[in-house]
Amino acid sequence: MTTPTLEATSPVIEEKTRKLCIICSKGSLDMAYPPLILANAARMSGIEVDLFFTFWGLDMINNKKVDKLSVTPLGNPSMGIPPAIGAAPGMGIFASHMMKKQIEDLDFPEVREFLEILSDSGAKLYACKMSMDMMKLTDDDLVEGCEVIGAMEFMDYSEGAQVLFV
Amino acid sequence: MTSPNILENVTFDSDGFLEDYLDWTPDIAEGIAAEEGIVLTDRHYIVINYARKIFAETGDAPTMRGITKNTDVSTKELYALFPKGPAKKAARIAGLKKPTGCI
Repeated sequence: MTTPTLEATSPVIEEKTRKLCIICSKGSLDMAYPPLILANAARMSGIEVDLFFTFWGLDMINNKKVDKLSVTPLGNPSMGIPPAIGAAPGMGIFASHMMKKQIEDLDFPEVREFLEILSDSGAKLYACKMSMDMMKLTDDDLVEGCEVIGAMEFMDYSEGAQVLFV
Repeated sequence: MTSPNILENVTFDSDGFLEDYLDWTPDIAEGIAAEEGIVLTDRHYIVINYARKIFAETGDAPTMRGITKNTDVSTKELYALFPKGPAKKAARIAGLKKPTGCI
């Protein structure tokens, strides 16, 4: 009688690559990082990644705005700054400066560099056509490596993928 | 071609990473790489040697960005050298623990 033995090393895994689609809909600094970090972690783990930038999320790939993304303490209880103080002139600039410093201290790349890393790693960057039209943007307004697609095309690309909305 | 038996002389953790990075030898690297379907070249060794150097200094594998910033290996090349998950594969072949960083 023979017992089937499992190979201890090099298990044969069915080659079905996991895929993640992340919809980026926010243009504030604090909401730009979570999808970028997750996308990068996915690529580093060998997971396919599509990023779909829609509405304010387009700011993340807008050449004129990507380096100026900011965070506001107003309406953000987590930052612990009372609304009356958060509304004071310059508070937004101050809060953004602080956050950028913290990001830099952790040795995280800025958003523009992060997008380059992701693009080089094989992640796909898609801009939402409707949002582009609404904001009167053209391909030339976007950072390198982006492709403009419609929502229905995104449905095609995201078939079988895990989808995250940020 | 390295015999896969060489991997039987060292211990791996449950994730398949070498228990003690000091057990590592280039032959072991080749054995692990063969399991991953990778044939090591000089370019791989730039990454491996850098990763081992950082691990010896910090106790952690370097981040992907750390590798691309401090060697002449670009992000694109890194993904080509260690396809399907460069962070884990590079660390595993370099005999390091599973990377814990986020980037």
